[in-house]
Amino acid sequence: MLDKFREGVLVKPYERLSLEQVKWLDEASMQILADPGIWCYNERAAKLFKKHGADVREEREGYSTCWRVSFSSGLIKEAVAQAPSRFVLGARKPENRLLLDALVPRVYFGSGSEANVWIDVEMEPFASINNPDIQVKVPIFHKRRGDSSLLCRAARLCEQLEHLDFFIRPLNIQDPEVTSKNHDVNKFFASLNNTTKHVQAGLTETESLKDVVRMAEIIAGGPQALKENPIISFITCVFKSPLQLVDDTTEKVFGVVETGLPIVISSSPQGGSSAPIQEAGMVAQINAEILAGITLTQLIREGSPVLYGSVPVRARLDDLHDMYGCPEFNQYNIDCVQMARFYEVPCYSTAGVGDAKVPGMQATFEKLFTHLHMAMSGAQYIHYAFGLLDRTNSFCPVQAVLDNEQIGKIKHCLRAARVEPSVVDDMLKTIRKVMGSPHRLYARHSRKAMHAGEVSSPYRFETKEWKDNVLENALEYMKQLEKEAPPYLDQTTVEQIFNEIPGLLPGLRQTVS
Amino acid sequence: MGKNELLEKIAFNVIQGRLEAEDEGFDEGLEGKPAVTELVKEAIEQELDPKIIVLKGLTEAMEVVGKKFEGEDYLIPDMLASAECVGTAMDLLSDHLAGAGVEGKGKFIIATVAGDLHDIGKNIVAIMLKGAGYEVIDLGTNVPTEQIVEEVKKHQAPYLGLSALLTTTMRVMGEVIEKLTEEGIRSKVKVLIGGAPTSQEFSDQIGADAYCKDAFQSIDVLKALAS
Repeated sequence: MLDKFREGVLVKPYERLSLEQVKWLDEASMQILADPGIWCYNERAAKLFKKHGADVREEREGYSTCWRVSFSSGLIKEAVAQAPSRFVLGARKPENRLLLDALVPRVYFGSGSEANVWIDVEMEPFASINNPDIQVKVPIFHKRRGDSSLLCRAARLCEQLEHLDFFIRPLNIQDPEVTSKNHDVNKFFASLNNTTKHVQAGLTETESLKDVVRMAEIIAGGPQALKENPIISFITCVFKSPLQLVDDTTEKVFGVVETGLPIVISSSPQGGSSAPIQEAGMVAQINAEILAGITLTQLIREGSPVLYGSVPVRARLDDLHDMYGCPEFNQYNIDCVQMARFYEVPCYSTAGVGDAKVPGMQATFEKLFTHLHMAMSGAQYIHYAFGLLDRTNSFCPVQAVLDNEQIGKIKHCLRAARVEPSVVDDMLKTIRKVMGSPHRLYARHSRKAMHAGEVSSPYRFETKEWKDNVLENALEYMKQLEKEAPPYLDQTTVEQIFNEIPGLLPGLRQTVS
Repeated sequence: MGKNELLEKIAFNVIQGRLEAEDEGFDEGLEGKPAVTELVKEAIEQELDPKIIVLKGLTEAMEVVGKKFEGEDYLIPDMLASAECVGTAMDLLSDHLAGAGVEGKGKFIIATVAGDLHDIGKNIVAIMLKGAGYEVIDLGTNVPTEQIVEEVKKHQAPYLGLSALLTTTMRVMGEVIEKLTEEGIRSKVKVLIGGAPTSQEFSDQIGADAYCKDAFQSIDVLKALAS
């Protein structure tokens, strides 16, 4: 039994769908996988599916070869049933490990995406034209191109955010020295050297997998130690919706599954363009795509740890961009969490993205909308939850700080009720005691709960004066967090990594003195 | 238990906010051990100088509590718990202090005015002022104007605190002040007002001596008025 792991929050799941509706959607997905089936562009996968009894037909599509694959529901269900319902995502610090259990709605929140843009916020004073004595500070936003030093900074900040449970690189590294060949090793090293939390990312090149895994082995203490404490895991967006298995991503699935490390099978259809906009059609299709992906993982290696990765979004109907801050996004996503639970596979879900381009009221509204709903749904692993703005195109560190506070409140809100005989007895005793006192005040009896952290605190960035200083206060708090010592790897480990792994940028080589 | 040890334990329990032996405090293993009530009684039995008990056992401990509050280690419930300990200790010591020729800081009558049943803020102020060494006479809630004035006269109290939570009852505070004037005792009593809808502006408007936004300010105001 795992003795140390992050608590997350155990919730009583909110469910949109009845069991009957879940079964209808399951049946619809099975029908989709039988007819029309999927368009597979990877030969290895097509052969593997065929070997296990799928109906596979080769077709020419333009300049490429495609295999049309029809699955029986028996094949899918048998494979999905082999996926473990419980496994651990490791971390450099044991207390930061995550315990994923499909049957236990323990919710974890983490960062996500790979935004190209970093947004800095500065507060600039402005004076009233009518009365120069009246001054306000207004946020000014500066865009910066993401690079490896900013990714390090993001990881260090995320290390300090107490409600961020895992780290998915929120920023794309676009240094001039970074190419597709060394993108992955630098991305993983920048993350692993700056946070002790679980690190997850996609792979730019399948060829980098060997080096990335070796790096993780060095940090974890060897191949066996990495198996026992998988400090890294991988995301693969294996489907191009609708229903097309992508060649190179499928190769990455083969590679990752063969290492034995955990993998996310993620799909992100857009309701209204690459999937039906209606809830039933969207969920039936994304569920079919994810099940086909999970089937692939289990046919490659039975029992390999896999997350059901649902990122269903909706199209804006004025420009067909993704739309995250809308009710349908919640509906699609909650349904997917229920589907994952039905198949007993831990769910990688999505919350906290919005359409707002900068921190502010729209961002807060949109983020709260999904942060709360998805936590209520009992998804085990919620990504995209920190700092993302402008759909998933920007990462703003102070927004991550604001999200941390919001998620903390949500975690507190959703904690299980502590109502049991011993607690009720204590409360009765207190009530009688207070009613026997001259002042009839419960304040002194709040102390134990207050100091044990059982009672929530006021909003961290509130202002006592008659104005809204949230952003300014959050920036100040962020500066304090950024003064904390980075959790760098020790010098010997870094030396070994730099000796063995090619392509690392010298500028990333910080170590503990 | 030696006298110094007894004084240290009283101070320690004030800081812990432990009124009675069954209280928990912050540190593990305190439940069941004597707290402020039991320790002060023992100190009286051992005939410790009541002034020393007040100074070393209570006042210095409350200074520590105040610093913890300023440092945000303590919140209101902690302050109240400690203040309640001091208030109770003062009750136990009152006769002995009088016997030793020690005077309190004065009588403070406090009431929620007529028509208003709210008393959380009033009770907090009462606990804090008692803990600060005032003799607090709490008249309760929904107290008629005439009764408030009668109690001020009866006790010859130098201080009166009036509380209201409702915008509809706050005007009664003004009526109390008018009544004090009518009875010819307005100059003998300092009137402090407080409560959510009140303000410095309202205090000025009805002719009160001070507006207190919270219990801490009421202590500061009283200190200023006494000097």
